Amino acid sequence: MAYMHIGKDFVPPDVNGKVTGRIKYAEDYTREGMVYARLLTSPIPHARVVNIDASEALAMDGVFGLLTADDVYPDGEPQSTGLKVLTNEPTLVGEPILALAAIDEKTAETAISKISVTFERLPFVLDPLDSLAEGGPDAYNGGNTYVFRQGFASEKWSADQVASFRAGNEPTAEPQQTFAYGDLDAALAESAFVYESTFTTAGYPHQSMEPRSAMAYWENGKLYLHGTSQSLSALADGMASIVGVPQEDFVFINEATGGGFGQRARANSIPSMAIPAKMSQKINRPVMMRITRDEETAIGGARQGFQGWIKCGFKADGTMAAADLYIISDNGGKGGGGDAYSAADCISILYQTEAVRFRGTSIGSNTGHRGAQRGPGQNQIAAIIAPILDKAAEELGIDRLKIRQINTPQNGDIGGASRTPFTSAYMPEALKMGAEQFNLEERMARSRKRNGSKVTGIGIGQGYHNAGRSGMDGIVRLTADGRLKVHNGVGNLGTYSYASTSRAAAEVLQMPWERVDIVTGRTDRHLPITSPQDGSNSIFTNTRTNYGAAMDLLGKMKEIAAMELGGDAADYDFGDERVFKAAAPSEGMTFAEIAQKGIALGGKFTGEAELPEELNDFTKISVSRLAGDALMGIYHDAPHNNNPPGFTVTFTEIEMDVETGKYDIVEMVTIGDCGTVVHPQGLKNQLVGGAVWGIGLTGYERHLYDPQNGLPASTGYWQSKIPTMMDTPAKIKTGWVDLPDPENPVGARGIGEPAMGAVAAALASAISDSLEGHLFNAAPVTADMIINHVAGVTSEAVPLAQNNFRG
Amino acid sequence: MNLNLTRRRFIKGVIASGAAATTTGVWVAANGAARPAGAVERMIRININGQVRTVDVAPQETLASTLRYKLGLTGTKLGCNRGECGACTVLVDDVSTYACSVLTHSVKNGRIETVEGLESADGTLHPVQQAFIEELAPQCGYCTPGQIMAAVGLLRENPNPTREEARQGLSGNICRCGSYDSYLDGVMRAAQIG
Ligand code: FES
Ligand code: FES
Repeated sequence: MAYMHIGKDFVPPDVNGKVTGRIKYAEDYTREGMVYARLLTSPIPHARVVNIDASEALAMDGVFGLLTADDVYPDGEPQSTGLKVLTNEPTLVGEPILALAAIDEKTAETAISKISVTFERLPFVLDPLDSLAEGGPDAYNGGNTYVFRQGFASEKWSADQVASFRAGNEPTAEPQQTFAYGDLDAALAESAFVYESTFTTAGYPHQSMEPRSAMAYWENGKLYLHGTSQSLSALADGMASIVGVPQEDFVFINEATGGGFGQRARANSIPSMAIPAKMSQKINRPVMMRITRDEETAIGGARQGFQGWIKCGFKADGTMAAADLYIISDNGGKGGGGDAYSAADCISILYQTEAVRFRGTSIGSNTGHRGAQRGPGQNQIAAIIAPILDKAAEELGIDRLKIRQINTPQNGDIGGASRTPFTSAYMPEALKMGAEQFNLEERMARSRKRNGSKVTGIGIGQGYHNAGRSGMDGIVRLTADGRLKVHNGVGNLGTYSYASTSRAAAEVLQMPWERVDIVTGRTDRHLPITSPQDGSNSIFTNTRTNYGAAMDLLGKMKEIAAMELGGDAADYDFGDERVFKAAAPSEGMTFAEIAQKGIALGGKFTGEAELPEELNDFTKISVSRLAGDALMGIYHDAPHNNNPPGFTVTFTEIEMDVETGKYDIVEMVTIGDCGTVVHPQGLKNQLVGGAVWGIGLTGYERHLYDPQNGLPASTGYWQSKIPTMMDTPAKIKTGWVDLPDPENPVGARGIGEPAMGAVAAALASAISDSLEGHLFNAAPVTADMIINHVAGVTSEAVPLAQNNFRG
Repeated sequence: MNLNLTRRRFIKGVIASGAAATTTGVWVAANGAARPAGAVERMIRININGQVRTVDVAPQETLASTLRYKLGLTGTKLGCNRGECGACTVLVDDVSTYACSVLTHSVKNGRIETVEGLESADGTLHPVQQAFIEELAPQCGYCTPGQIMAAVGLLRENPNPTREEARQGLSGNICRCGSYDSYLDGVMRAAQIG
């Protein structure tokens, strides 16, 4: 289909500010009379605050006030997992205990050094399996796990059960969570090749480049908070209740966000922004709270690590008949994350497995707080499963591409725990396209060939994430000058989705892009609610809402034209910013004239009446404040049922130096299946950005803690290395299938998360290939693991260890 | 070459500052106000983006602090404030330099350029800025000013780099969004425009 905007590159309105330095992140703002808050954070991994003596600090010149958990939670801290704004019950090093505001940061730091906090030390644990073992320490006060709606609980296995699991055997204890479909025993019995092993994947911090600094002030009873977020209106919605201010009196200002990756999507993953808000309320001054890299690393989130067991059965024809998983997921110091469930769900979807059983238990450790990180679950398991597929192919004598084609999801398939049909699925096309662009046949001939100390490895990987939600709202307005305003609450994360999804509205009205304004950046510009910008959902979700709102606007425009010029709305057509009689195109009105007439008519035309019943409360506030001054299109998106998947495929060639355990990525081709492409440059950025993350996951990203004292050894980029330009290929080749999804009005689905999973999988597959098909059953696979393997050394000091070296 | 100079300047800066190297990212070291008077002249004149600015600089103040908090040049970003990420990269006498890890006093005789100084008076963007827009190189944009300054420094020394040279030239600037490929596309395009 020929589109005016969809599938075309454009210059998003914020990019000029990004290259000139003019765009403002939260810390770039100042306000007259602004003072500075600094944090006192927990120096120990698990403790209870017994006493805080701040008398000396508060007596200092230039000190304005103190904020503690008692101020934030006068009725006591919520007894649940999740980061608190401030806490008296720290369960990880670096958790904020109190904040102090002063005239400058030096004074604040000096004052904090004079505060005496008495902690009662509590037992801590770094490895969930140590906590699971009978008599092992619990990470939380009240247990080592949190059961939804029930509270903290203590989950214990016998010492033998833990030892047996560490020794490589299937866990025997009752899991917390399960799902299953198909006849697993029959499927395994039918299998010609069965692979069984324990495995680990590591936790590691999100490390967004912008620390989560925030600045707040109150004016005329309203709170103004300059912060950082992945999802402007969804985060604002939750943040108002964390601060305890009515939504009507809360203005969230967030023009740009320096990275989120899952931990700035929802207010409860970034409650620290409430500190300057509360402090400002208390001392009646604007408060800036700058966050250091150390602090960001401690509270900025971390991926859940897995201690797992997997058994996969393949039939002689290569069909994946069975997948049986048991995963202990590391909930870290504050709990959270459904990664393990998603991992099993992902296998079911990517390989259309005939019978799947998932068993999982989440256990806390006194380490960085866990929560969604780019492809939570799907991407860890991608790196584990790809080499298993290769092994099956080798054992069954099937080509490595072929085994993926045999098991591929495609249009009409269902998948996952809920056995939900896909809205569409073009993985077979992606596999074919990738293999061709990579020149797979020719490169495969080099597989495992040695040249001096270098061995070639070829890898194939696939990634998946469910990529679209519904049930959100859209608002568009046509102003008296005939310009289209698209109110977009998605937030500016760097995906440019806030802009590209707005183009769906421009597409409906065939508006030239220069006649369109995107209204975003702060909530007092009156934005609709959107789903949090996570889970690769923005493109699907918000093209639906913006398209719907524009259709509502178009309907009203035709209605007004019919009222003015006679006939029925259905008799009218539009184009070139005019609405006209289809039968007599010279009889019509310009968009501006229609907007002016609509404003004069008021009522439903300007958002004052007949609003969609299901409109979310957040949106209702925005509509009520916008009502009356423009012709308005309003839409509530009805929930859809099927699963819109985001799929990716990656092919890579590496040159492994078996003497050093280092490898060069010689070639990488990554292909997306995300329905119709809305914004090619934005998609390319998601694919290459995801590739860098995938290289980190499989290559080396992990955080480490000192087992003696539970102190983090990884407190920044240096000790928890993320990939640099030198770790990634000089060129990553990208492509896309570009076939439409029928449940999205412009055919689009999301891509951000699977872009990482396919690369993590392909690199794991290539590493294994370069080492004669050896399976590490781990992510990351680090250089020391590789040289130990080559040297025939078993280096695992503690099998399945988490948050520390494996050996 | 540039990289060596940068590293040397970085190390010198860290040794000189002491505080910046040892505070593991505590901002107060950079912003410290009080020191016994007389040790260092505090009111200094520095050449920033071609303009001489008079500014009160504490002895142990980093260049990033002076730029951001004294001169309002917030285009220079702080990702780590301790020499790990390159978000704060500026040019000092054409050499890309981590502004978080040099003391303002140690570069006061230098010619300092920040991202704000690249645009010409008539609003024409620098070729690197223009190329980064055309390639849509930034994602979240937080590392972008640093990437741009590193690219400008590289292209001044080597106007026609190979992709590999560009990769080396920008390797001191990390990007958590992983936009490296697009930044390299941007540098190569800038070399063409330039
Ligand atoms: S802020 Fe200077 S190197 Fe990170
Ligand atoms: S664009 Fe986000 S850190 Fe580089």
